[in-house]
Amino acid sequence: MTSTLAVQHRPGTSFVASTRAELLRLRKWPALWVLIAVWLLLTLLFGYVFDYIGYRTGGSSTINEGVPPELLLADLLPAAIPETALSGLPMFGGAIMMILGALTAGSGYSWGTWKTVFTQGPSRASAFGGALTAVAIAVVGIMVVTMLLEFAAATTITVLESEPLIWPSALDVVRTFGGGLLISGMWAAAGIFVGTLTRSPALAVGLGLVWALAVENLLRGVANVLQQLEVVTDVLPGTAAGSLAGAMGASAMGDGDGTPGVLTILDGGPAAALLGIYLVVFAALATWVAVRRDVT
Amino acid sequence: MNASTMIGTHVDVRDLVVEFGKRTALDGVDLQLDTGVHGLLGPNGAGKTTLMRVLATVARSTSGSVSLLDHDLSKQRDLRMVRRRLGYLPQQFGYYPRFTVREFVEYFAWLKEMTPSAVPLAVDHAIERVGLADRADDRLKKLSGGMLRRAGIAQAIVNDPDVLLLDEPTAGLDPEQRVEFRELLRTIGVDSCVLVATHLVEDVAVACTHVTVVSDGRAVFRGTPDDLVAAGEDTSDGDSPIERGYTAAIRAARKR
Repeated sequence: MTSTLAVQHRPGTSFVASTRAELLRLRKWPALWVLIAVWLLLTLLFGYVFDYIGYRTGGSSTINEGVPPELLLADLLPAAIPETALSGLPMFGGAIMMILGALTAGSGYSWGTWKTVFTQGPSRASAFGGALTAVAIAVVGIMVVTMLLEFAAATTITVLESEPLIWPSALDVVRTFGGGLLISGMWAAAGIFVGTLTRSPALAVGLGLVWALAVENLLRGVANVLQQLEVVTDVLPGTAAGSLAGAMGASAMGDGDGTPGVLTILDGGPAAALLGIYLVVFAALATWVAVRRDVT
Repeated sequence: MNASTMIGTHVDVRDLVVEFGKRTALDGVDLQLDTGVHGLLGPNGAGKTTLMRVLATVARSTSGSVSLLDHDLSKQRDLRMVRRRLGYLPQQFGYYPRFTVREFVEYFAWLKEMTPSAVPLAVDHAIERVGLADRADDRLKKLSGGMLRRAGIAQAIVNDPDVLLLDEPTAGLDPEQRVEFRELLRTIGVDSCVLVATHLVEDVAVACTHVTVVSDGRAVFRGTPDDLVAAGEDTSDGDSPIERGYTAAIRAARKR
C-alpha cells in the first residue's frame, strides 16, 4: 500500500502542505485576479495617467488643482516613486486588500470548505496558518508587481518627456516597499479577521469597507470637535496606514494636492509599529477564532 | 505502517456517548472494525452521521473511548497521525465551484500532506478510480449531483487511506454508477477499512462484508449481510430479504 509512503512526516510539513493547498486555491480563484487587475488599473490611472494628461493639457482636477506643471511632472518620474508609490494604498489599496482577506476567509465558510479542510491531515492552526501565509504571499506578489508597474509607468513618462532618467536610491525603494507591505498586510489581515468572525464573505466585505472608508473618517471628523476622542482616533488602523503613507512622502489630505486617506497624524516610526501590531493581532485573533469555534 | 502490515484494530469504539446539549445522539456505542467494507445502516436521526463525524475527528465524544489505527483520538498528537491516514466524505461537503475536478482533488492531496512528487499521479489515479477521467478538467459547478459525489469520493481516496469513511456516498448516483461504486468499495476494502453510512440497504447487501445497524444512538445489530437476512426470516415487512432483516432488527431494538 502506498499511502504512508506518499505522506510526509517531517515537522512543519502540515503548515507547508496547507500553504501549498491554499496557494492553489488562490491561484485558481478569479476574484484574486480581478482584485489585482482593479488595483493595478487604479494605481496606473490615479497615479500616472490622469496626472500626465493634466500635465500635457494644462488642465487640473480637484486632486492636482493649483500645482505647477513642473511639480506635477516631477511626481510622475522615477525619482519620486518612494514618495508617491504609497498614495493609493490608504484609500482604495487598503480597501482592495481588505476585500481579498475577507473573501479568502469568508468564502471558506460560505462554501463549507473549512469544514472539509479541518478534517484533513493538518491541525486547524496549520490549515488556517496556511491560508494566512498564502494571502501574505499574494500581498507580497501584488506589491512587487505594483512597484514594477510604477517604475514602468514613470520610465515611460520620462522617455516621452525626454527628461533625464534619475533613479531613486535603493534604500528609499526598499523602505517604500516595506511600508506598502505593512499597509497592505494590515488591511488584508483585518479582512481575514472580519471574514472569519462573520463567516460570510459578503457581510465581511460590507462591514470592512464601511469601517475603513466611512466610520474611521467620521470618527476623525468628530474628534476635531470632541478632542477627547482623539486618543482613540489617533490609533485606529486607518490612521496608522494613512500616517505611514504620509510619512513616506505621499501628500496628505490637508495639503492642496493631498490624496484622500493620506494623513500626517502619526510619525513614520509609530505608524509602522502600530501597523505591525494590528497585523499580528488581526492574524492571531482570526486564527484563534477559527481554531476555537465549531464549524457546522 | 500500512493496512496490510497493521497489527490491531482499525476502528475501536468503546461505550461511546455523544451529547449535544440535552440530546443524546450516541448512547454507548461499541464498534470494532478491521479491513473490509462495513455498512452502517439506520433510520434518519439514528446517529450514523454523528458516529461518522466522531470517527472523522470532526466531532468530539462526551464519554467513552475511540481509537483509529491504534491511535487514541482524545490525544492531539495521535489525532494528526490518524488524519493523515484517513479519508472522509461528509454527507454534504464543501467545494469551490470554479475548481476543476483535478484541482479539487489536488487541493485535498496537498492538505493530506502528500509528498509533492506523489501528488500528480495520485490525483490522476483517484480520478480514474471514480470514473471521472474524461471530466477531470471540467469545473465542479458544471457537474451533475452524481459526478460531484464521485469527485468527493476521489478526494477521500487520493491518499490511499487506511480508514475510509463515506457518509451516504451513493446519494445521487444512477444505478450503473452505483454498481461501479460498489466494485470500487470492494477493491479498496481489500486492504483498508471502509465504513459506509447509508440508508440504502441494497448497497450493504451487495458491497459490504459486515453490517452494523444503529437505532436511537445504539448499535442494535452487528454481523454479516447474511446474518441480517437471517434476522428477517420471520417477518414480511420489506421488499427484499435484507430489508426484512433490517426492519426486524430495528423493531426488535425498539421493543427492548
